[in-house]
Amino acid sequence: MSAVGPVQQTSPTFVGMPKFPYAARSALGNTQQRRNLAHATGVIRAKRAKVVAEVPRWEELRQAGADAKDEVLGHLADYLVQAEEALTRGGAVVHWARDAAEANRIVVDLVKAVGTGEVVKVKSMATQEIELNEALEAEGIHAWETDLAELIVQLGHDRPSHILVPAIHRNRSEIREIFRREMGLVGRPAPDDLTDEPRRLAEAARLHLREKFLRAKVAISGANFLVAETGTLVVVESEGNGRMCLTLPETLISVVGIEKVLPTWQDLGTFLQLLPRSSTGERMNPYTSMWSGVHAGDGPQNVHVVLIDNGRTHVLADPVGREALRCIRCSACLNTCPVYERAGGHAYGSVYPGPIGSILNPQLRGTASEVDRSLPFASTLCGACFEACPMRIDIPKLLVHLRAKVVDAKGRNTAEGRAMAAGAWLFADARRLEKAQKGSVLAGKVLGNRQPPPLPGAMGMWLGARDIPDLPAQTFRQWWNARGSGSTGGQS
Amino acid sequence: MSAAKDAILARVRAAVTDLRAPVGARGDTPWVDQASAGVAETVELFVENVVDYKAEVVRVAPAGVGEAVAAALTAYGVTSVVVPDGTDPAWTAAVPETVRQVSDDGLSSAALDGIDAVVTSSAVGIATTGTIVLDHGPGQGRRALSLVPDVHVCVVAADSVVHDVPEAVARLHPQAGMPRPLTWISGPSATSDIELDRVEGVHGPRTLHVILVEGW
Repeated sequence: MSAVGPVQQTSPTFVGMPKFPYAARSALGNTQQRRNLAHATGVIRAKRAKVVAEVPRWEELRQAGADAKDEVLGHLADYLVQAEEALTRGGAVVHWARDAAEANRIVVDLVKAVGTGEVVKVKSMATQEIELNEALEAEGIHAWETDLAELIVQLGHDRPSHILVPAIHRNRSEIREIFRREMGLVGRPAPDDLTDEPRRLAEAARLHLREKFLRAKVAISGANFLVAETGTLVVVESEGNGRMCLTLPETLISVVGIEKVLPTWQDLGTFLQLLPRSSTGERMNPYTSMWSGVHAGDGPQNVHVVLIDNGRTHVLADPVGREALRCIRCSACLNTCPVYERAGGHAYGSVYPGPIGSILNPQLRGTASEVDRSLPFASTLCGACFEACPMRIDIPKLLVHLRAKVVDAKGRNTAEGRAMAAGAWLFADARRLEKAQKGSVLAGKVLGNRQPPPLPGAMGMWLGARDIPDLPAQTFRQWWNARGSGSTGGQS
Repeated sequence: MSAAKDAILARVRAAVTDLRAPVGARGDTPWVDQASAGVAETVELFVENVVDYKAEVVRVAPAGVGEAVAAALTAYGVTSVVVPDGTDPAWTAAVPETVRQVSDDGLSSAALDGIDAVVTSSAVGIATTGTIVLDHGPGQGRRALSLVPDVHVCVVAADSVVHDVPEAVARLHPQAGMPRPLTWISGPSATSDIELDRVEGVHGPRTLHVILVEGW
């Protein structure tokens, strides 16, 4: 039998990321970012709630979405082969990539074969995951991001912090400064009288990018869905930058994760209701493009699709964890998460932040690194993410599952393991417990209502982020005995 | 190339050996619809939702399309309009001579960028979402035509408006052998990337003007 697929190599940007609590601590100190995030996530939560409430059979839709993805994931080999056949029939060329390096090499070679020094890009999580832009730059090919938020991130030499709105951590005046400083260095400069009004900023992006759209020979996209039955690729967007890239250049290369497949055309009836309402909180996003290979006389005449694994088969091999592959990257879980709202996306050490990142990264990349080991713990397990997820991914269940994996992998000889063993010894004998409890009362008398002094080691770290309740004046046993003898209980 | 394919398919198969259900075990693709109160109500809902996206909607009888097209082009002050092959000549008959009419004889992207507006028909409208779908058949032009010019005047037949998304998807099932590309349009180009504040008008047409034809 074949071996389980390998984990994904952590991409260079995120190698050596500190564990979540450290990264989150510095993010929490950024009050501007916290204000930006609180505002933005609040707005989008309200919008989502309003449009979801318009759909009476929303829960049935969620179930239908989950069922469609489970059907695909359970028979992924069959559906991938069917998708490849349909794509090929439609005139597309299908490539397969085991990992990021292989995918990047395929794309670089295709771009070089066209003989161009630049490409325009549609926002795509898959290409961020494989760090395609860096691979292209290393070969002297400029990759222009055309989504407004991606443009802000790229011009700001910054990293995305949200799946849907990568520049969610930036406010309008920061964006104006970035545009004024950077646009002129890579193309048409921002207008001299640019204000921080969103309408003016959007117009500056329109003017800046139009010349790039008109001259580009190659576009690179991801895909939201790939319909196995018809070989149709679907890209959902708002601004029209996607349509520009998918329509104007002669060559189109789409990098698609193998879990993006939908079984049938009619499944789009479910997913096109779930995705827009969950992600931007709209009844429908402004533009959705669908193409099935090459369409004679309309759009790109050289159409390539790169199907990537890059750790996905590793996730698929875990019977509990595999439901994370249902994810359609809507980001509803980010917007609803109290931890994400405060810590922001950068602390998660991956292009996939928030609750979904906390279950995807440790599965895609394994738990060899500090940050990936810490992510399953970056949650209060409040469950808001599960409620919001249109694919019914039980994120809290998966977090607990992954916590168990992380702890098991560490073995028992850790501070936590020893503390738990000591606890077990203590609770196993009533007299020991009684003595220990008396000790805590004594400590309470000494401390009064002050917090205990900082402790060294693992316990100190745990307490560093938590307040412990005041220690009681008496234990339950002391109280019980003080009630006087002769009571049999159960009467008062 | 096929080495990678073989390896990935082998990994995929090895990953799911615990699952026993056959392909297609879930049965027919589920169809989760939204009930319509009636044909007239569906059309009203369509108009309401298109307007909610800040698109303009005018409602005319079949004989009034030409006048409505001319009025729209005049109101937006356009000086040129691209007219796709297969457009009903009556729709452009009233366009004033001051507006240059251009047919699509393989216009370059740069040439299209110099044209102010486009007039197209459409394939399907969706009431619950206020969406218009182009399948780029006759009268709709290739995809670039309804993308590059800044004003899109779109003619929608009221009897092409369906109630919800699953019904639209079913109508648009790609024909085997000659699938069409599809463009789903819900209002003018927009972004919420700056503080999640919705702004109409980025790269696609910043003006969407819908002419709804009733009693076709």
